[in-house]
Amino acid sequence: MKSNNLTAWDRVNLARDSSRPTALDYINNIFDFFIELHGDRCFKDDKSIVCGLASINGKNFTVVAEQKGRNTKENIERNFGMPNPEAYRKSLRFMKQAEKFKRPIITFIDTKGAYPGIGAEERGQGEAIAKNLMEMSSLKTPIIAIVIGEGSSGGALAIGVGDKILMLENSIYSVLSPEGYASILWKDSSKAKEAAEVMKLTADDLYSFGIIDEVLKEPKGGANANVKEMSNTIKQKILEYADELSKLDIDELLNKRYEKYRKM
Amino acid sequence: MVIDKIKKRENSDEDENIQRGDIPIGKWVKCDKCKEIIYKETLHQNYSVCPNCGNHFRLSSRRRVKQIIDEGTFCEFELKLPDSNPLKLDEYTKKLEVLREKTGIDEAVKCGTGKINGEDVVICVMDSNFFMGSMGKVVGEKITYSVEKAIELKLPLIIFCVSGGARMQEGMISLMQMAKTSAAISKLNDAGLLYISVLTDPTYGGVTASFAMLGDIILAEPNSMIGFAGPRVIKQTIGQDLPEGFQTAEFLQEQGFVDKVVHRSEMKDTLYQLLLLHK
Repeated sequence: MKSNNLTAWDRVNLARDSSRPTALDYINNIFDFFIELHGDRCFKDDKSIVCGLASINGKNFTVVAEQKGRNTKENIERNFGMPNPEAYRKSLRFMKQAEKFKRPIITFIDTKGAYPGIGAEERGQGEAIAKNLMEMSSLKTPIIAIVIGEGSSGGALAIGVGDKILMLENSIYSVLSPEGYASILWKDSSKAKEAAEVMKLTADDLYSFGIIDEVLKEPKGGANANVKEMSNTIKQKILEYADELSKLDIDELLNKRYEKYRKM
Repeated sequence: MVIDKIKKRENSDEDENIQRGDIPIGKWVKCDKCKEIIYKETLHQNYSVCPNCGNHFRLSSRRRVKQIIDEGTFCEFELKLPDSNPLKLDEYTKKLEVLREKTGIDEAVKCGTGKINGEDVVICVMDSNFFMGSMGKVVGEKITYSVEKAIELKLPLIIFCVSGGARMQEGMISLMQMAKTSAAISKLNDAGLLYISVLTDPTYGGVTASFAMLGDIILAEPNSMIGFAGPRVIKQTIGQDLPEGFQTAEFLQEQGFVDKVVHRSEMKDTLYQLLLLHK
């Protein structure tokens, strides 16, 4: 699985690079059709997570995707890809619908973490994440989660409990940012680079831990060098795994999902 | 003379590390909130609540079990779980050893079965003295095992939460404990069993964002600090001071995330009444 000689810190930087494709870049390339649907029917439409319905060759999917902006204006609109509780509640609303209509769920993970703000706490950030974890563990439809950039903390996991967890080669997935890790453990956030090396946050590391199911190879020069090629790789994997998972009966699917996390 | 001893202790370097726990200074402790010097025995007889200002001192899991579970009925699950050290950090192994030596407990949660006024329950009690109650693989495993045991024994589950969140030293493995424990709670729901979560000071991060917030009934001790992101992180992010009373148990009840704030002296009875209502 080891691809090349990039350090963990190199990958942190690649995962965060502003030129890296965002969820919508992939969604537009992967699916023949995509319609975005808005709102949590409770508080608002949080644009840091995009939800909608999509299809490939007549096969339908529910899509839940953390969306970073590609420039400052977009980033402000998207809250830099940091969801508030309503984003998770919107996600859950669409995931429950996917269960009702027996559509597989595809999630794209790309966030620095759940937003740490006053409003987020007032509206129950912890409760929103917890509920997603619990509900996703038993949703009666296949779930495929794909880490495309930065997957950080509970904010990533909140849309990441699935039957298959895939990571792009240069994406990262961690319990918190390397800066946060260095700051908490070594009281020095400037040691982020060293932290990245010990945290085991690369796709290869997490594959070797058995936390993820597959590392998706990126095109030469990284995902941003060829979005179409990267999208195609993801598309093939979505089709492959959706097909594999849809052959399982629901009890088997849920048992396997439970066991997957049970042994971690 | 005793006071002198306390003063001496206050000036020592160690003081920085002592938070709101039982401060082991001979027979006396100082209330962190009203600064009253309290005779330890008086404090313990008063549920470790300051008789002067009502401040709830942090409780060890041992003392908590004693307060909640009928005497002689607590039966701890005997799980011999190996330490998890996925990042292979030497300092982590050492710290675990030091903490075990210092606290006399093996991990940040104590789990078992017991009776509350005669009613059988499965109970998990987290302990802030051990790694600030943080959740790594062993804590996640013990909680999950307890949930599964509750299902097997068809018993109600009570979890006393106190935690700084996921245990960073275990990296992604600790994050995954959130998914594991939440999945187990989902099974408990399928089995139609009662789960009461009790939030105590402090409950944060990955524990808040998993089993702590998934109780059918969520109780909290007065003035406990409860949240997802810590106050320091929020302050840094928004660059302004936080409102008075933000993230307290009372605040969470007001916002609709805690069912009831319950004084420690009434906790056992409240739990008992709730158990009876689910028989």
